[in-house]
Amino acid sequence: MEKNIIYARPNPTSATRPVVFNPEICTGCNKCVNVCQTDVFIPNPIKRKPPIILHPDECWYCSPCIDVCPKDGAITLNYPLMWRIPWKRKDTGKHYWYGMKNPPPPNTRPMP
Amino acid sequence: MTYPAELKWPYPIEYGNETEAATDVLVLGGGIAGCWAAIAAAKDGAKVAIVEKGAVLGSGAGISCDHWQWAITGVPGVKISAEEFTKALLDNHGGYNNGITRYIQAREGYETLLELEEMGGKIRDTEDEFKGAPFRDAKSKFLFAYDYENNLVMRVWGITFKAALYKELKKLGVKIYDRVMATGLLTKDGKQGAKVIGATGVNTRTGQFYIFKSKATILCGARPQCIWAYATEYAGISGARSPSSLGAAYALAWRAGAEFGMMERALQQGTFFSGSPAHGSGHNSNTWYPCTMVDAEGKQIPWVDRDGNVIKNIEDRSRPAPGQKFFIMGGGSSSLPHPGLREYKGPRLKNVDEQLAAGEVTLPLYADLPSMSNHERRAIFGLMVGQEAKTKYTYVNYTKAGFDPDKDLLMSNQQLIGGGGYGTSSSGAKVVVGFPNIRSFSSGVVGGPVIDWDLRTTLEGLYAAGDGIMGGNDHGHAATTGRYVGKRVSRYVKNERQMDANRQQIDKEKARVYAPLKRSEGIGWKELLAGINKAMQTYCGEVKREKLLNMGLMSLADIQNVIESDVYADDPHSLTNILGIIDIHTTAEMILHASLARKASSAYLHFKRGEYPDVDPPDWNKFITITSVNGNVKVGERPLNYWGDIVKNYEANRI
Amino acid sequence: MYKDGNLHQWPYPIRYNQETEVDTDVLILGGGIAGCWAAISAAKSGAKVAIVEKAATITSGAGGSGCDHWINTPNPCSKVTAEDCIDWERENANGYINGISRYIAAKESYDTLLEMEQIGGKIRDTDDEFVGADFRDEQTKFLFAYDYENKFHFRVWGKTFKPALYKECKRLGVKIFDRTMATSLLTDGGKQGTKVIGATGLNSRTGELYIFKAKATVMSMSRHSRNWAFSSELTGLGQFRPNIVGTGYAMAFRAGAQFTLMERSVRGNLSFGISYPSYGTGNAMNTWYPCTIVDANGKEIPWTDRDGKELTDFPQRTHPAKDQKLFAERGMAYKYRRPDITPAMQDRVKKGEFALPLYADMTGMSKMERRAIWGLMVGNEGRTPVPILKTYSQAGFNPDKDMLQNYLMLGGDWLRGENLSYVRIGGEGPGDSGGLVVDWNLKTTLDGLYAAGDSLFAGNYHHHAAATGRYAGRKAADYAKPMNNVKPTRRQINQEKQRIYAPIKRKCGIEWKELNAGLVRVMQNYCGEYKNEELLNIGLTWLKDIEKNVAPNLYAANPHILMRALGVLDILACNRMIIHTSLARKASSTYLGFNRLDHPKIDPPAHHKWVTLQQENGSVKTGELPIDFCGDMESNYEAHK
Repeated sequence: MEKNIIYARPNPTSATRPVVFNPEICTGCNKCVNVCQTDVFIPNPIKRKPPIILHPDECWYCSPCIDVCPKDGAITLNYPLMWRIPWKRKDTGKHYWYGMKNPPPPNTRPMP
Repeated sequence: MTYPAELKWPYPIEYGNETEAATDVLVLGGGIAGCWAAIAAAKDGAKVAIVEKGAVLGSGAGISCDHWQWAITGVPGVKISAEEFTKALLDNHGGYNNGITRYIQAREGYETLLELEEMGGKIRDTEDEFKGAPFRDAKSKFLFAYDYENNLVMRVWGITFKAALYKELKKLGVKIYDRVMATGLLTKDGKQGAKVIGATGVNTRTGQFYIFKSKATILCGARPQCIWAYATEYAGISGARSPSSLGAAYALAWRAGAEFGMMERALQQGTFFSGSPAHGSGHNSNTWYPCTMVDAEGKQIPWVDRDGNVIKNIEDRSRPAPGQKFFIMGGGSSSLPHPGLREYKGPRLKNVDEQLAAGEVTLPLYADLPSMSNHERRAIFGLMVGQEAKTKYTYVNYTKAGFDPDKDLLMSNQQLIGGGGYGTSSSGAKVVVGFPNIRSFSSGVVGGPVIDWDLRTTLEGLYAAGDGIMGGNDHGHAATTGRYVGKRVSRYVKNERQMDANRQQIDKEKARVYAPLKRSEGIGWKELLAGINKAMQTYCGEVKREKLLNMGLMSLADIQNVIESDVYADDPHSLTNILGIIDIHTTAEMILHASLARKASSAYLHFKRGEYPDVDPPDWNKFITITSVNGNVKVGERPLNYWGDIVKNYEANRI
Repeated sequence: MYKDGNLHQWPYPIRYNQETEVDTDVLILGGGIAGCWAAISAAKSGAKVAIVEKAATITSGAGGSGCDHWINTPNPCSKVTAEDCIDWERENANGYINGISRYIAAKESYDTLLEMEQIGGKIRDTDDEFVGADFRDEQTKFLFAYDYENKFHFRVWGKTFKPALYKECKRLGVKIFDRTMATSLLTDGGKQGTKVIGATGLNSRTGELYIFKAKATVMSMSRHSRNWAFSSELTGLGQFRPNIVGTGYAMAFRAGAQFTLMERSVRGNLSFGISYPSYGTGNAMNTWYPCTIVDANGKEIPWTDRDGKELTDFPQRTHPAKDQKLFAERGMAYKYRRPDITPAMQDRVKKGEFALPLYADMTGMSKMERRAIWGLMVGNEGRTPVPILKTYSQAGFNPDKDMLQNYLMLGGDWLRGENLSYVRIGGEGPGDSGGLVVDWNLKTTLDGLYAAGDSLFAGNYHHHAAATGRYAGRKAADYAKPMNNVKPTRRQINQEKQRIYAPIKRKCGIEWKELNAGLVRVMQNYCGEYKNEELLNIGLTWLKDIEKNVAPNLYAANPHILMRALGVLDILACNRMIIHTSLARKASSTYLGFNRLDHPKIDPPAHHKWVTLQQENGSVKTGELPIDFCGDMESNYEAHK
C-alpha cells in the first residue's frame, strides 16, 4: 500500500461531490468559481488544476457552473445518492436508475 | 475529496476597509427583479448599481424558467381583460394577494416579454419545433400551458433569459457589485423610519465594507427561507431558492422601519426532505402538467374536474370545464395549496390517498410520458423539464443515463413519501406517511413589505420588486414589477440628490457586521440556524397560541443574546453565512409578531389560532401590518383592497 | 481542527493491514451491559475471556452512562412471579416475545441484581435518603417505581453499574480490546453456516486487524439502527447513536445465522434529531413517572385509569386498579395497562380546555417523589446525569420551585413531545425489534455462537441484557471447556481484509454520510409505512445496485472514518435483511407496525408466527417458526439453566 499522509479530518457533509471535475479537460479557468450562487468553490492554488469544492453542503444543484464552463465535460453535475429517482421501461417493466452500472444506452436527443 | 496540505484563504482579507460608491439608483439583489429594475432605470438615463450576494450572471431563482405566468394585455388568444383576471386572482386568494403588482403583471407582462426578446431571450417557438401543437398559437408562435383556450400562462425558453439580461446590463453600463451582501439600509440622520439614502454591504470573499449612497434604493431580494427547517445534509432539496436566499432584504427593510404585511402566512410543505432534483420525479403538476399518471400495474389514475367528475379525454385537462370561463392553474400545484374557488379550479388527479386506502391503485406511481402526444411529451420533457430552473441537468443527466421519454415511465416520488407541495395530494398524505411535512414560508403568496402604486415601501426612497414584496411570486411577476419600478425610480431620482450617510449609523453597522469575527470559536452558522428553526417549529407551528408565540419571542430574545455574545465566523464566507442567519432571526421575530396580532384563523393564510378557531371571520378580512418604530413593534392593519380601484389607479400612475 | 492553517496529522500510529492474533476461550463481541455480564460470568466459570468493544468498555453502550429501572420478578418484596412477567409481555406484544430470553431474565434478574451489588453497584437506599417514602421497603431498603403495591420495578443507582462491571472484568483478568470494531465472524473451514471459531476486529485508531480465535463467541453488539432515518447535523437530541449500526447482525447474517422479527418497525419520533434530549423535557412517562403535568395556567391535567376514569388522588397512579392484578411500565394490553395522562389530552387542548404549553410540576409532588424523579431517576438513567441533571442544575433549575416545560404540541407524540409527524424507525425505538434466533442455551443456530442483550430477537431493557449476558456467559464457558481453538482459514481472513480495507485504498469517493442518506431514501420509499411486493422488490434491486456499484466507491480518510464507513455497509446488510423478511410476511400486523397493501388483513391467525431469515451458501432463505416455539418455559428453563 502506498505511503499516504493521513490527516485528522472532521466528518464530511452528506453529499460531498455535488459536481465532479475531469482534470484532463478542465483548464482551471475558474469561470465556475465565479458564477457559483453560493460560492462553494475556491480556486486551486495549483494553476490549471480544477477548483476545490470547499463547501459541498452548500451546493443546491442550480448548475450555472456547468453552463458557464467553456470546455464540454470538464465539470458535470452529480446527484447525491438520496436523490436518484428510478424509471420503468414501459414495454419491459424493467427499472433503471441514474448512476447504475450497465445503464441503457444514452439518449442523445438535445433539448428543444 | 483530497485537500492540499496547506489550504489558505484564497482571496485578500480586507476586513474593515471601506469602499464608497455613489449612484442614482441602487438595486439590492441581482435576480430577475433586480436585473429588470436596473435595466429599466438605466434605459431611462439613471446611473445604476446592483449589489448581488452571488454573481449576477447566474444568481437567483430565475436562472431559468419554464412558465411565464399571467401576462394578459396584448397576448394573442387571451379573451379576458387584465382587470378581470386580477380580480379573479384576488378572489381566489380570499383577497390576500397584491392587487397592485398582479395588475401590473397582467398589464405589462407582455411588453416585458417583448423587450426581453429584443435583448436576446427566446420567448416563442421560432424553430417551429412544436408546429401543429394544440398549445401553440400558429401566428405568433407562442406556446401556452395549462388552459389552452385562455392562454394565461406561456411556455418559454427561460434558460436564455438571465444571460440576456446580464448582457444588457453590461451594455447599459450598470455597475455590478458581485459577491457583495447587502447588510443594512442607510437612512437620513441614521434614524429609523427616515428616508432611505443608501445601503451598506460586505464582500463575501474579502470581507471589505461597502457604503453605497443612492438617491433611491430598490429592494429586490428573495423572500425568507429556512425559518423553520434547514439541513445541508439534505442539500439542494429544500426548494426553489438557493441556500443563499435567506430573505436578508426583509430584515434590512424592517430595521430601517418599513411596514410589512401578511407575515403570518406560512404553510405545511412536503418538499423539505422529500424533494428530489426539482421536478426530477414523475409528476402531473406545474412543470409536468398535464402528464398522465399510472400505477405500478399501468392503471391510469383518473383526472377529475373541479367538481370531482372524471375527465375522459386528455385534451380536456387543458380546457376550462363546461360553464367555466378559465382556470388559473391545475394539477394541485404549488400556488394553490389552500382552498381556491371552484370558479377558477383546474383539473387535477383524483385523490390518490383515498384510492390507495381503498386498494384501487398499487404503488409506486409513474409519469406516463410515452402515452402523451409527441408534442406534449416533448414540451414536458425537453422544454419544461429543461427550461425550468435547475432542470436543465435533470434533462441532461437522465438522458445520458438512458432515460427516454418516448419509452420510459419516470417514477413518482410524491406518493411514496407523503404528499404536500408538488404532487397530487396537496394537503399532505394521510395514508402514505414517510418524511414529515415541515412548515415553510416559501411557496405561493407570501408576506413582505407593503408597497403603493409606485412600488414604494412606506419608507421614502425605498422601493421593492419581485419576490420580496407582500404577495410576490413567480418569474413573470419579478420581471414585470422590476421593469415597472425601474422606470419610476429613475424618474424619482431626477429630482433628488444624494445624501451623506450618518457616520454613526455606519460605524454601528460595521461593528455589527464584523462582530462574529471577534471570536475564533463559539456558535457557528449552522448551529445558530438550527436553534432558530427549533424555536419556530416549537412555538410557531401548525396551530398557534398566544402563550406559545410569546415563548417564541422569549426564545428568540435569548438567541439574540447568543448572537451578541457567542457567534463566530472565521472567514468572509462563513461571516456572510452567519450574517444571513442573523437576518433570518429577525424575520422569525417579525413572523411571531404578525402571528400574535392576527386573532382569528384563516384558511387562505394557512393560519390556525388555537384560541380563535373561527376561520376567516368577516371582521378579520384585512391585512395585518407590522412596523418597527423606535425599536418597538407597531401593529397595524390595512383593508384588503387598500390599493383602491385597480384600473383607475394604474392608469393614473402610468408612465 | 486546523493548526496554523494546516490540517492536523492523524495522532495515532497507522497500522493498516497489520495482523495481531489473540487466542481465548470465550470471545465477547460488544462490551455493553450484556457483554460485560457475559464476560464476568464466563470468567467466573473459569474461562479465559476477551471483550471486543468499539468504544471504551468502562462506560460504553446504551447502559454505559446509567440505568434507572430494573425489573425483578420474583423478588422478596413482591408476589409477582416470572410467569406474571411473561404474561404481561406476551399480552403487550401479541405473542411476539422471546419466551426464552424473557423467561431467563425473569427468573434470574434478581440474582443478577444482587451480584451487581456484590460487584459494587448501588441497588438499594443504603444511605437512607428515602426513609418513609411509599415506594421504599423499610427492610430491604429497595426502592420501587410504577406499581408501588406489587413492587417489581426497582429504582436503582444505575450510574454506578457499568464502571463496577468494568472493574470486575479487570479483576477477573478479562482481556479488554477497546476501540476495536468487530467486523466479521470466523467460521470453521471459512464456510457459511459452520461453527463459529472466532472473529476479526479493526482497531479504529490504528487500523490494525485483530484475529480472535475463540472456542465460544457471544454476540452482544446490540441491534440494527439508522435504516430509515439519519441526520448527523441534527445530532445529540435524538436517537442517533453513532456507534449502533447493526454490525453484529450483518456479521452473523454473513456467517449464516438465523434471524427473526426483522420486519418489525414503528413510527418513531425520536430518531433523527428533531426532538429534545432524552428525558430532558417535562414528562410523565418512564423516567418521570408519575409526575404531575399542568397546563400553562397551572391547571392539572387529569390522570385516568385503564378504563378512562379520572383518578382522584396521587396514590392511584402507583397502585393497580381495583380488579387489576398488577400494572407494568409498558403495559399496553388492557389487563396490565397502567394509569396515564388522559388520552383525551389533545382533544381537550384543541377545544380550549387546557392551554399550551404544558409543564411537569414536581413542585406539587411529595418531597420524596420529587427527589426520586429528579435526582435518582433523572440522574441515573443513561444520558441524563450530566446532560440533564447536572446541566440544568448548573443553569439554575430547581425542582422544588421550577416546572420543566413539556413539549406536547398538537400533532405529535405525547411521549417525547414534538410537533412533527412520524418517521419510520427500526432498532432505534423503544420496544422490541428483530434479532438472532436462539435456543434455551442462548445459542444461535450456529455452533459456537451465543447471543445476549439487544442482539436477541425481541431483546430489550437493561435487566434483560444483564441477566441474559450472565446466562450466556456461563453457557459459552461450559461449551468452551472441552474445546480446542480452531485455526481460521487464511482465505476467509484475506477476504475480510480486502473488504474492510477497500475504502482506504482510494483517494476520494463517496463518503459514509451520503451512503447512509441514500440507504435511508431506499428504505423510506420502498420499505416504508405501507409496503407491497413491487415496492419491496424495487428496494432490493436498488440495494443490490448500491452494493455492487456505489459501495465499492466508499472512501475513508483515516481509521475512524473507516469505522464509520464499514458501519454504513452493515446498515446496508441490515436493510436487505429487513426487506427480505418483509417480503416473506404476507399479512399485515399491528404489533409489528407492518402494513402490506397487497395483504391488508391485519394479524390473521394463520400468520401469527415468526418469519425467519438466514443465508445458505450465499442465498437468502426465509422460513417460519411457530409463535410459541420456545416451548414450555418452566420445564425448559429448569432443564437448561
